Amino acid sequence: MTSDIILDNLDHTYPEAAAPTLRQVALHVPAGTRTAILGPSGSGKSTLLSIIAGLTTPTGGDVRLAGRSVLRQPPHRRDLGVVLQRPLLFPHLTVAENIAFGLRMRRTDRAVVRRRVAELLDAVALPAYADRRSTELSGGQQQRVALARALAARPAVLLLDEPFSALDPQLRGDMRALLAELHRREGTTTLFVTHDRDEATDVADHVAVLLDGHVAQHAPPAQLFRRPASLAVARFLGGAANAIPGTARAGRFDCPLGSLHLDTNHQGPGLLLIRPEAIVVAEHDAVNVIPAAITAVTDRGTHLDVRATSAGLTLHLTTGPATPLRPGDETILWLPPTQLSVVAAQHQQRPASQQR
Amino acid sequence: MTARTPRRPLGAVLARPTVLVLAALWVAGPLLPLAVQAFTDQWFYPDLWPARWSLAGWRQAVGRQSRLTEAVATSIGIGAAVAALAAALGTAAGRALAWHRLPGRRLIELVLLAPVLVPPFAVAMGAQIVYLRAGLADSVTGVILAQLPAATAYATLLMSGVWAGVDPALERQARTLGATPWRAFRETSLPQLRGGLTVATMFAFLISWSDYLLTLLIGGGVVTTVPLLLFATAAGSGNQAATAAIALVAIVPPLLLTALAARQLAGRDTALLGVGR
Repeated sequence: MTSDIILDNLDHTYPEAAAPTLRQVALHVPAGTRTAILGPSGSGKSTLLSIIAGLTTPTGGDVRLAGRSVLRQPPHRRDLGVVLQRPLLFPHLTVAENIAFGLRMRRTDRAVVRRRVAELLDAVALPAYADRRSTELSGGQQQRVALARALAARPAVLLLDEPFSALDPQLRGDMRALLAELHRREGTTTLFVTHDRDEATDVADHVAVLLDGHVAQHAPPAQLFRRPASLAVARFLGGAANAIPGTARAGRFDCPLGSLHLDTNHQGPGLLLIRPEAIVVAEHDAVNVIPAAITAVTDRGTHLDVRATSAGLTLHLTTGPATPLRPGDETILWLPPTQLSVVAAQHQQRPASQQR
Repeated sequence: MTARTPRRPLGAVLARPTVLVLAALWVAGPLLPLAVQAFTDQWFYPDLWPARWSLAGWRQAVGRQSRLTEAVATSIGIGAAVAALAAALGTAAGRALAWHRLPGRRLIELVLLAPVLVPPFAVAMGAQIVYLRAGLADSVTGVILAQLPAATAYATLLMSGVWAGVDPALERQARTLGATPWRAFRETSLPQLRGGLTVATMFAFLISWSDYLLTLLIGGGVVTTVPLLLFATAAGSGNQAATAAIALVAIVPPLLLTALAARQLAGRDTALLGVGR
């Protein structure tokens, strides 16, 4: 029943808006997987979800569910579950009636509805709340009911738009775990919109970074951090602290730090990126070892923020909180080849090394 | 020993009941002589009390030759039609006003107040000419159509306030759960509108029930409602007892409706009604 989602060069410009909200958005979400759409506010991610749900009509492109274009179908025929930032429970119905709503719209047999509602109340850990009014529940409980309601009719696709961002940080973690649990039980293809990169990488097996109305990168979370597709993606993911200009050739990157080994397809001038967490202190490996002088150490409690200079360049790195480093120390830094990536320098020149 | 309660000055104790009694007298006072008048055929100035009680007025008002039963039926029929249509139109228009950013929204709201602002006589005279030309004069349909604008305006103003308190996102959520647009409205918004809808329907009915001028001019004397019969009896027969009896009949539906509506609305959140928005 669960189906894949294909977005085919979606364009959208709101009436009277100067710039398009979405530009040639193409995305494939395989059936049964979880993809997060990660982007800053205003990147068009909510519009994208609204288009898939059928609440907004795009100005161009196509949306296909299970291989069929659904653009001409109204929202109620698209077989979706949608959970938005607000729970939007129907205030005049009980919790059980809320969960049963989608099944009732599909004229499901009563006994089946009762069984399914009980099953979902169990799944979201609210078995005793069936007859409560939705207004009597806490925010987290309401969102759990909203999740159960969206899944009740076993939709082909589950769409979530910042579903947990109104909740306490602690509760958010529980909700992510619950979502993963529900996904394991139901196997519904899930598209999750969020601005929070931890949430995206935690919830999804693939992340599509939406910047400025287009998909800047679509990859598994680890690759997103290790191999950002562009400086903009790296910046958004907080990985542009170390951006070193140089020239790439097959297997090498030549820059003031030396000729570093790495694996890149990039050719010619570019920026070398390495996340502060990926730099290893005082490691004597054969390749990519550079001498450096520590210039500043800030103790953040959970880790140390360290600044070092090497060949006139400033490098940012983080280390374990007990690392014996002091300003003025001379040390050796290892830049692991698997953690290095090269992106094109942006057209407008910005400082090569940027503070996070 | 009973517990000692702090004494309040007598004036403060009496203030509330006094105000209540005075207000009740002010509202109901004019109706009291009417209630007496309907049950006597001899009550002369300056007597404070009628000389003789009689049911002659009632016999005349509801007797065989009387047209009161017919007038009440006509009034109820027209009132029900106007109430149903105005409530439906007011609900649709109120939704548009409250939920959509309409150009010239303020102007529309001003136009909706027009039935209150424009002297009814001017409207009725103009309406008569239009309805005559359209061939709708002298018919129940014509009267219903003529009464509808004012009733719809009130219903719209009221319902736009009620709609403003309903979250449009709920209907969208229902759509994603498989509800057609109409079902989404019926299942999510309508239950929240119920209180306001009751009041709007009641208002529209009462506007129709008490209308005299439009019914007289558009109905052309063919359509006889309770107010028309009342005026005709008062002016034509000079029979004060019969007139008083008809007047009492005319008061019953408003009182009944108000009581029913009050019961319906008891316990509901009155802020939902949007009154005093």
